[in-house]
Amino acid sequence: MDYSPLILSLKVAVISTFFVFLAGVFIAYLLSKRDFFGKSILEALFLLPLVLPPTVVGFALLILFGKKGWIGSWLLEWFDFQIVFTWIGAVIASIVVSFPLMYQSAAAAFESLDERLSNAARTMGASEWRVFWTVVFPLAWPGLLAGLVLSFARGLGEFGATLMLAGYIPGKTDTIPMAIYFAVESGQMEKATFWVVIIITFGFSLILWVNWWSKRNIRRFSRM
Amino acid sequence: MKRFLLSVTFAVLSVLLFGCSNNNEPEKTDATVDQETPESKSQPDEEVALFISAAASLTDALEDLKSTFEEEHEEIKLTYNFGSSGKLAKNIENGAPSDVFLSASSKDMNDMEEKGLINNESRENFTSNVLVLITHKDSDSTIDSFEDIDPAALDHFAVGEPESVPVGRYTKETFETLDLWEPLQDKLVLGSDVRQVLTHVEMGNADYGVVYSSDAYISNDVKVLAESDPEWHAPIVYPGAVVKDSKHQEAAQQFLDYLTSDKGKETLQEFGFK
Repeated sequence: MDYSPLILSLKVAVISTFFVFLAGVFIAYLLSKRDFFGKSILEALFLLPLVLPPTVVGFALLILFGKKGWIGSWLLEWFDFQIVFTWIGAVIASIVVSFPLMYQSAAAAFESLDERLSNAARTMGASEWRVFWTVVFPLAWPGLLAGLVLSFARGLGEFGATLMLAGYIPGKTDTIPMAIYFAVESGQMEKATFWVVIIITFGFSLILWVNWWSKRNIRRFSRM
Repeated sequence: MKRFLLSVTFAVLSVLLFGCSNNNEPEKTDATVDQETPESKSQPDEEVALFISAAASLTDALEDLKSTFEEEHEEIKLTYNFGSSGKLAKNIENGAPSDVFLSASSKDMNDMEEKGLINNESRENFTSNVLVLITHKDSDSTIDSFEDIDPAALDHFAVGEPESVPVGRYTKETFETLDLWEPLQDKLVLGSDVRQVLTHVEMGNADYGVVYSSDAYISNDVKVLAESDPEWHAPIVYPGAVVKDSKHQEAAQQFLDYLTSDKGKETLQEFGFK
């Protein structure tokens, strides 16, 4: 049995979650305190990958990052760097499809914060940076963590867009969902079952852990 | 765990299957009652609706054939259902309404024949396809035969996944005959169907690809560099047959005959079939 799909899937999901978390938290916090013309349009744009069929997302990514794509051709010319048919392509597909989940969770978490708490910190002379790290972030953390785990799980299961951007190259870009798809298609049910069990176990324990963790956290916060 | 998963899957599948067959059963019996009489008396004025289950690769050619066929046979109306041959075969087996089955692989037709779902006498290979080596239309490649492919001189070569996609199986056979399969191994990008192989080349991401000539025909972004020699791989034939449960055996046979008539052949060839 070749375990490379497991390692690749974890690598892709971890790296994509890292970037998604940073970007999601930053953008959601930036927008949470502002109301401006076109904000709804911008938010709808962020959430779009959630409702689009994965092949459409994949096609859009190919137009952007393909060898002849807008960004892809530029990267190739200046840095001799190719995204399509590499594991980095899988990371980018993962980022795009899991960003909406992170953004949505983070926006909800920041929205539900009591503005008076951060204002209280401000009246005591705390800088915006300090307000964020000592008041906003700890209070929003349960919501942010939920978004983090959802993004990770989504990245782990990403298939359609990844297949188009990263291609299926055994040993190089075959994530667990791809291994499952092609095993089923070619009738290798043993192999498919193996990966299905792995990915279900993984996803299930992840969600279970988050639920347990956030319940414990809420109890701790309410005690304070 | 494995057994548990399997039983869950089976439970879900059987619910789905029963749902389907229950829905279709009454419809079918109604159709029998209504249409048996006009069929046996063969009144030409009575309209016949033919359901054609056809392999997806035939889509454009058959859409083109539709109008000319219906002009010649005013009493027959065609409805197409396109999909992968394997899925269509499953649907027909589960009672989906269908009069003619046009498959892209002999394997699926053989399965249908073994299960007694088609009229064996009506089975006929109505067209065939060849493999072509394609590249992006802007490529300056000078290759003009499969043997000229130099694995060291390219980055990515798009082919169908050889275990599950028919075009991939034929491509593998071809490259094995030419002793190119091993050398190409770390350049291969495997597509989940022939359309994806085409997309990889159309968008310029793969340097070359191998698809059916009929697929290369419908794309404006690729050019054909070479055709495969039929001796390199198993013949790529399209078998068609009248479905045994069809209530319109005669009209179904007429449609099948039309595909192999001069006019039918001409249209198929226009769309890259051989």
